[in-house]
Amino acid sequence: MSLIRFFKTVFMIDFLTGLIMAIKEIFKPKKTINYPFEKGSISPRARGEHALRRYPNGEERCIACKLCEAVCPAQAITIESSEREDGSRKTTRYDIDMLKCIYCGLCEQSCPVDAIVQGPNFEFATETREELYYNKEKLLENGDRWENILAANINADSSHR
Amino acid sequence: MAELFIFFEQIYKILFLLIPVLVSVAMIVWLDRRVWAFVQKRRGPNVVGPFGLFQTLADALKYVFKEIIIPASSNKVIFILAPIVTMTLALIAWAVIPFSETFVLADINVGILYLFAVSSLGVYGIIMGGWASNSKYPFLGAIRSAAQMVSYEVSIGVIIINVLLCVGSLNLSDIVLAQKDLWLVIPLFPMFIIFFISALAETNRPPFDLPEAEAELVAGYQTEYSGMMYAMFWLGEYANILLMCAMGSILFLGGWLSPIDLFPFNVIPAPIWLILKILFLFILFALIKAIVPRYRYDQLMKLGWKIFLPFSLIYVVLTASFLMYFDLLPGN
Repeated sequence: MSLIRFFKTVFMIDFLTGLIMAIKEIFKPKKTINYPFEKGSISPRARGEHALRRYPNGEERCIACKLCEAVCPAQAITIESSEREDGSRKTTRYDIDMLKCIYCGLCEQSCPVDAIVQGPNFEFATETREELYYNKEKLLENGDRWENILAANINADSSHR
Repeated sequence: MAELFIFFEQIYKILFLLIPVLVSVAMIVWLDRRVWAFVQKRRGPNVVGPFGLFQTLADALKYVFKEIIIPASSNKVIFILAPIVTMTLALIAWAVIPFSETFVLADINVGILYLFAVSSLGVYGIIMGGWASNSKYPFLGAIRSAAQMVSYEVSIGVIIINVLLCVGSLNLSDIVLAQKDLWLVIPLFPMFIIFFISALAETNRPPFDLPEAEAELVAGYQTEYSGMMYAMFWLGEYANILLMCAMGSILFLGGWLSPIDLFPFNVIPAPIWLILKILFLFILFALIKAIVPRYRYDQLMKLGWKIFLPFSLIYVVLTASFLMYFDLLPGN
């Protein structure tokens, strides 16, 4: 052991340097945010909770092409469809099992009419499993609720689609 | 009737001491987490109550409602007894701590010995908990903890001899009063450092938290404990840390004496000074937790037996010869 190293050990120089550094760090601005009260920014491409969108006149966008069901790697989507009186093909059932879903965003990419999208909401934890088996009503309700943000996000990201 | 009155007076005095100690233990857990978070540039608990001060109470309430699990293969009596022993021993030691010239629950003449004895007994709670769990991680944790606490107690004992040589009394109030002119931290500064480091080891604080090294031993002797029993271990541990800080401030930092006997300082009540000194030492404890990595077991033992013990023994000889040569021995 060299002499300098010996004195450094005895007088705990390294330790004191660390202590002073720690005291300095205390007064620096915090790197974390006050999560439930303030939230970090979210990208327009964020893949959160799903939503089914409508046209401005209230008509459902979904045409029951079942591309999302086919592309879904986790097979979380179940669709049943039938012909409506006016001759258009519409879904009678559109279920997403949010517990199976891996939030890959392939359903959103595959959709030809921008009907199924993943919104910015990631705080949809529930107390029971059953509440996370989303059906068509729940997805449409999500779409109505988040429509402004969803439209803005799709618009912001349109040049990359 | 008179006996009854004395009895109730004593109970009242005990409660008057115990409740503030328990409340301050809760606050100190919050402070510990907060300082730790601030050094790492996090925010720490800040939601429950003002600045998050009631976080510990919320945690304690959670522990009360959790199920107490007693392992089937454990020795049930000792298993249940262990946290009670830990907490009781951590709290009874507060009886001799002098908060001011008059405010001391038991002003016994061997106060420092009592304090030392009770803090040494603390190892029993841990070894009982670890052994009675009848499980490998608690057992290993308890062995480590016992070895560590016993080794560092030796050097703490020798450091206390240093203090006693300078003071000439085992009474804690006398030890404080003897520091009226000069705090013992100045002549015995190396001893203060060694006492502080030994106190870290004695209370199983980082960097000497080997008994609960989570990477190796899950949670050491606390592994099998849950609910209120775990909370009692945890409370006892922090009460012990607070006790060690109080011991450090009484032995070296002049207890309830104000730093200078001048106007703005000497009007502040004596207990406030003691609390401030305890807080100062505790914040150092918390800062050290944030900045140091854990010691290896052999390094820990080497530090205790090969460095601290000889060094403090040599210092005893030096102090004794110095006092003898300059005829400064107390009582002369």
